[in-house]
Formats: sequence, structure tokens, C-alpha cells
Amino acid sequence: MKAKNILGVIFLLVAFVAGLTLGKSDEKSRPPALSGGAGGATYTGVAQSQDNALAVTGNSRFVAGPPMSDEVMVVHDGESIQDAVKAARPGTTIRVMPGTYNETVYIDKDGIRLIGVIEEGERAVLDGEGRLNDAILYSGNNVVVENFKITRYKGNGIMSQAGNNWEIRNNLIIDTGVYGIFPQLGKNGVVEYNVVSGIEDAAIYVGMSDNIHVAYNDVFESVAGIEIENSRHAIVESNRVYNNAGGILAFITPGLPIKTTYDVIIRNNFVLANNHVNFAAPGSTVAGIPSGTGILVMAADDVVIEGNIIRDNKNTGILITDHGNAANVTIDPESDPNSDRVKILNNTMWNNGSEPIPEIKAFMLTEFKTGNPDIVRVGPTIDSCIINRHRYVTVGVSDFAECEFTHTNTVGNYLLPTVPPRKIKPEDRGEVAYLGICAGCHTYTGRMIGPPVQVIQALYMDNPGALAEYIAKPVKKRDDYPEMPPQDYLDEATRLAVANYMLQVKN
Amino acid sequence: MHRCLLYLSLLALGLSWPVQGTALRADCPPSFQKTANGRCALRTFYEFYDSVQGAGLGGTQTALPDHRDGFTPQQIDLGRYLFFDPLLSGDGTLSCATCHQPALGFSDGLPRALGRGKKDLGRAAPSLWNTAFLSHFFWDARAQSLEEQARGPLYSKQEMNNTPARLLTALNREAAYRALFREAYPERQNDDILLEEVYTALAAFQASLISLNSRYDQYAHGYHDALSEQEIEGLNIFRSFVARCAECHTPPLFTNQQVAVIGAPEPEGYPMDIGAERTYNAPRLKGGFKVPTLRNIAMTAPYMHSGRFNDLLSVMEFYNGGRGHAVPKEVDLHLHWHISSPNLSADELARLVDFLGTLTDESLTPDIPARLPSGLDPFAAMHERSQPQ
Repeated sequence: MKAKNILGVIFLLVAFVAGLTLGKSDEKSRPPALSGGAGGATYTGVAQSQDNALAVTGNSRFVAGPPMSDEVMVVHDGESIQDAVKAARPGTTIRVMPGTYNETVYIDKDGIRLIGVIEEGERAVLDGEGRLNDAILYSGNNVVVENFKITRYKGNGIMSQAGNNWEIRNNLIIDTGVYGIFPQLGKNGVVEYNVVSGIEDAAIYVGMSDNIHVAYNDVFESVAGIEIENSRHAIVESNRVYNNAGGILAFITPGLPIKTTYDVIIRNNFVLANNHVNFAAPGSTVAGIPSGTGILVMAADDVVIEGNIIRDNKNTGILITDHGNAANVTIDPESDPNSDRVKILNNTMWNNGSEPIPEIKAFMLTEFKTGNPDIVRVGPTIDSCIINRHRYVTVGVSDFAECEFTHTNTVGNYLLPTVPPRKIKPEDRGEVAYLGICAGCHTYTGRMIGPPVQVIQALYMDNPGALAEYIAKPVKKRDDYPEMPPQDYLDEATRLAVANYMLQVKN
Repeated sequence: MHRCLLYLSLLALGLSWPVQGTALRADCPPSFQKTANGRCALRTFYEFYDSVQGAGLGGTQTALPDHRDGFTPQQIDLGRYLFFDPLLSGDGTLSCATCHQPALGFSDGLPRALGRGKKDLGRAAPSLWNTAFLSHFFWDARAQSLEEQARGPLYSKQEMNNTPARLLTALNREAAYRALFREAYPERQNDDILLEEVYTALAAFQASLISLNSRYDQYAHGYHDALSEQEIEGLNIFRSFVARCAECHTPPLFTNQQVAVIGAPEPEGYPMDIGAERTYNAPRLKGGFKVPTLRNIAMTAPYMHSGRFNDLLSVMEFYNGGRGHAVPKEVDLHLHWHISSPNLSADELARLVDFLGTLTDESLTPDIPARLPSGLDPFAAMHERSQPQ
């Protein structure tokens, strides 16, 4: 009886809303303007600074460049990958044979290519056994990580802090911690052909980075599929993103030191049934994502959404929102909270929004909309646009303009030509070593902790080599001065350069 | 007449000060290079690296954030005298160095700073190492420059209790200071000392406190033997996504300079400090404080904004104790998303402490002036403070 009453009320409400919608029939009677795909004008991306010339027509994703050296090391089952990394010179390729490796591998040097060898489907498996923190973490430039299987780590599968020109390719990352793949604070990187699942935050999370390409990955059963956060010039394309709580996210997390996200192209992805229960840790940003959200844009600017197949996401297909509507994020006076210049081009959308969250339902009522929402926009936005809007059930989109372009075909990727590792001239190192280290104890004329530079010059003027040797292994020479600590942490070339520098300073 | 009296009083103290000539150093402090126009430019190995968006955040070989430099050697040296001079306080008993002592990591060894009359000021004195790189000052981030910061303690009734007028009178009365200011600001027309000149000199000196020669730095620049196995293990826990320390204490400065609400407890009997909520008028930042640098952290116990923890291991145990475990029941805090429940082992906590010890570098500690233009004793203003109980 009671249930019948409620049904009756809903029926009346729907009839009421339907009537009102019909009342606005002049909108409906006009045949919708159609915008073509490839035939129309093209999107050209957001200009970057001049020293970062865009390689938008290029299609090479081998940003780490060719190996920096011919050196190859091989790690066999039962050996340690880290031992090899420690012994490796920069530029070394390390091939890891199939087997099980229970370790954390860290790479603080340039040009290390960590390549798993796959034999008849058998991979090098990094197994954290539920006790190790992260599988692979690196800060070097031009690092490549390929072909591993990574499982049962508590932290991240593959993470970086800084490091430019990296490639993370063809890895299986299963049931591992917080993030599957987490490049952070780096430039010019590729994440492709990885399979990532069972991650309690984002399967692939690009944080505070520039010039990024995320493509051909298969990500599922995680809280978030692919996140582009506080990053610029990123393309997310041709991924399969299904059964996560949220599929593909482009957003600004407030309170981070790099304050913007813009110029993100999300195109040609399969964004399917991202209806997994949200199992994020309390307090994490993604804990606030409503389960069933296909694509989420929060506070990010210049996000292009094109050519995706977005279906069966029960909350909604595309949700565009701001910080003000996200209850679980902090405030940041230095970051713009709104999603501006969002551009929705042609997408294939089907059966989204079957169970939208109550806030979206209520919002639809305010616009007298019925049906299941494909696209929802809440919060302020300026200069956003859409084409072929008549195809979708939308709410909050009526003030979007028609886009002035219909595709992004001329934007190949946002990757940069491989920047060769910076060569630092020994004499430059020598100068900085003198000013930053030697000058702490030696002045030109006066007595400080060590003897005056003039005195040292008189002793070694014709023999910088001897001074360089002394710097590495000092011996006590003067009773009235403390013994000098060895400076052997400076490499040989720098020691000679600093000796040369010290012998020619004039004041 | 006035000047004669001063001269006599200096003589009476057995001191004299070269009123004329070159009393201030003409050379830049270590880690600075004198440019063609006579200014001191910072030089470090980190200048060889870059960073995303120029933010100065990343990993081992990442550039530092933007910094203050370009002061003259004379301004820096004048700042050194002012910094150690109790003349800057209303009653001549406190100097900047009272709470920022070189031998105590430019902090004071106390849980909370003691102000005028040794009154508890409620918050810990922050270290001044590497302040050249900071964009916000004070625990609650309420000042945006070193010059703005200087006015806080100078004119706070609880701290140095001076007034702008009284400070200028005291400085202008000292012929020695007038001479030094002329030397530091040779281009000016007026002969009187100006407040802006005081702030500039203090900023110049503080911006010269550079600590970038730690063993960690040696490791970062490529000498991996600089750290022991245990310390490297600690580094890897530090930057792991289980502990997540490096997410906020990000290299190379070991701070991301943001405000974070972490829910650290106040000492027994102290009310909760709302921190940056007041600065930004933002309830979501209640209990938020600026993320401090960890450089020289081993030298600046006790720890946290109000000195609740006496040693680094206790701090690690706090972070390991579970998200929000120390937040009072009646308080609703918007805790930072990286505050989690990492469940690190006791060994891992010990390795973190090992690693933090590698961030110590005091090789470029400046000298304390043996005597001051005011004739006051720089050491008296420091030594009246006790070590931690």
C-alpha cells in the first residue's frame, strides 16, 4: 500500500516534468545541427612555452631515446635486480629473466632500461609478498621499465619522483597497493600497453607532470582507472577502462604545490561499466568519486573529450564539476576551482546514468530533465563547448557553445623530442664546488677553518693534479688547523676542476 | 655632544668600533658568488638540474625552488650584526638569535619558543636554514616575505616588544650602526637609518643560511656511497607510497611549502591551535600548518608546531599511529589525504630516522659577531635560554 503511494507520487512527478519538457517544444521541433567528425576544423592544443616546442605531428613514443650505451647486464632468477642497478653505469640495459624477485628496485641514475624477458608467457615477477612497499621507484632520467609482472606490494607498482623522458610499457600490475603506475614530477613520459587491476586508488596516476602520453592500457577493478592530476599537455587515448569506480579523471587536487591541470585530450577510449564499489582509503581524493562515473573533469581546463565509447556507467557518462561541489577536498586559494573550456566532441554513449547519485537526480529536476544522464555539469564553467548535443541526455550543458572544431586529428601526441641528458662541464662543477663547499672553510687571504687560498696557491700553483689528490685524501699538515675532511664524494673530473679553479681565483 | 658621550661609553666598556671605513665584509658568504655589480648570487650543484613548471620539486637531481639572493656582501654582513643584536628588542635582552641559535639548528632547543619574560609563545621556533627558498613564513603561513616576517617578532608585545619608532631611535643613536648602514646602502641620500633597510639586511643575512652539502646531497649528485645501506633503505621508505613522507617533504628542499592538516597533538594541557584556519579564514584548514623543511631536522628537536615530540622516532610513531588518532574527539579536522595508516614496522621507523640524519649540514654556519655595534653582548641574549628539559 505504502509502496503503491510512493510509486503514484513518482508517476505524478514524472508526468509533471514530462509535461513541462513538452512545453518547451520549440527547442525540440528544430532539427539539430549536425557537426561532422574528421571533415571539420581541428583542435590545435594549448600553446606551450617556446623552449618546449610541440611535437604534435610526431608519433614516436620512444621518448627515452636509443640506449645511451651498449652495456647490457642480465639478471637471472635467484639474483637481485637491485644489485644489477647498483653496479650498472648510467645508460645500461638490464635484462631480467623470468623468475620471482622479492625486492624493491630503486633507480637514482640516468638511462637505466629495466627490461623483463618474457619466455613463452613466463615473466620476471616482482612479488612484494604483501610486506614490501613499492616495486620500482626511480628518480633518474631516460628510464624504461618494460615487461614485468608486479604483484602484492603495499605501495605502488611503478613510481617516480622527477625523471624526464621515461617509458613504462607492457607491464602486468595486479593487486598492488595504492597506485599501479605513478609517474610524478617528471616531463615527457609514456605509459602504454600495461594491464593494471585491483588498485585501491588509481590504476594509472599521472601527478604534477608535463607532456604525457597514456595509451593502449587495460585498467579495471580499481577505484580510479586513469587519473591526470595537476598536469599539463597530456593525451589519454585508446585505453580500455572498465569496472572501476571512476573511469578516466582529469582534475586539480587542491593543496598540491603545482596548481594547474590543462590541455588534456581524452579520446578513443573504451570507458565501460565503471560501476565498481568505491573501496578507496578514507580521506583520499578518489574516495569522493561516485561509483558509476565514466569520465570525471574537476577543476581542469581545456579538456577535450572525443571519440570515446562510453557506456553502462550507472552514475553518468561524463561528469564535469568544480572544487566547490567536491565535499572531500581541501581549499586552495592559489588554484582555480572551476573546469573551464571543456570541449566535448563526438562520443558514442549508451546506457549511462541508470542510477545517478541523488544530487544529480535533484539537479535534473531543476532543469526538468528526464531519462538517464549521459553528461552532467555542475559548478561554474566558462567557454566550454560541445557538438551534436542532441544525441545525449545532458544536464547543466545548455549554455555550452558549439565547438569551433570537431576533431583533434592533427594532434599526434604532446611528447617532446628526447632531450639528451644534460652534460655538465667539469669546469662548471669545479666552480660551484669551490664556491659552495671549499669557501665554507677557506677564504682568499684570511684564516678561516682552513688555511688561506693564497697559501694553497703558493704550494700547488704548478700542480693541480696533486691538489686534486689531496682533496680526495687529505692528511693533517698543520698543527694549528683541524684536519680537512675528504672530498672523495666529488668525482675525479670535478676534483681536478675544483683544484684548477682554486689555483686561479684572484680574491 | 651626543656622539662624544657614545664614544666615551664605548671606551668605558673597553670597546671601540671602527666608525669609518670598511667594517662590513666585502666578500660574499660561502655558496655565493659576487657578480659584476657587486651582488651575491647563489651557486649550488642543483642549478644544473631542472624541474616541472619550475616548481623546484621532484627527486634527487631536481632544481631548487626560486630563491632570494642578489644582496650585497655588506647588506648580508650588516644583517648578521642586527640578527645577533639585542638592541633590536624593546628592553635590549632579546635578539633574533635568542630563538634562532646557530648551535641549535637556528632554532632554540625548546618545545615552544619563549618570548619576553620567558613566556611560552605556544609555537616552536622554526629553523632558519634555507629560508631563501621559502615563499610563506610562520607556521601558519601568514607572511609572504622575509621582510614581512621580520616585523612579526620585532613588534610583538609577547616577543621582542619593540616599536618601529623606538627601533629607529635606538639604531640611529649608535654612530657605529649609522656608519654600517651607510656602507650597506651607499647610494642613499638621507643619513638616517630606515626601517626598510633593517628588514632588507635581516632578509639578506637569513637568505645566506644555506645548507645543501649534506650526505644526502652527495648521494643526490651521484655519489651513492655517501649513504649507508640502512640510510638508503630509509630514503626508500621515505619516498615510498606507504610512508608518503616525500609527497609533502619533497626533495630537494624537503618541503612542498603547502599548508597541511595532519592532526598532530598539542602538548598536555594546551588548547588546540587552529593554525592556518585564521590566516585564510578557512575552516577546512583548521589545524593546518606549513610543511617545514626537513633539512637539519636532526638538529632541531623537539618537533612539531608546538613541540609535542622530543625525538624523531616519536614523530615517526605519530605518523604511523593511524589517520587522526591524536585528534581530540570533539574536533572535526579536514585531515590531509596523505595522512594514512601506513603500518610501518619498528625497523622501518628506525630507518626513517637514520635517513633524516643524512640531511644534516652545518658546514656553512656563519660566525657569531664577537662584538656588536651596540656594545651589547650577543651571547647573553642566547645563553639565558635553557636547553630542553
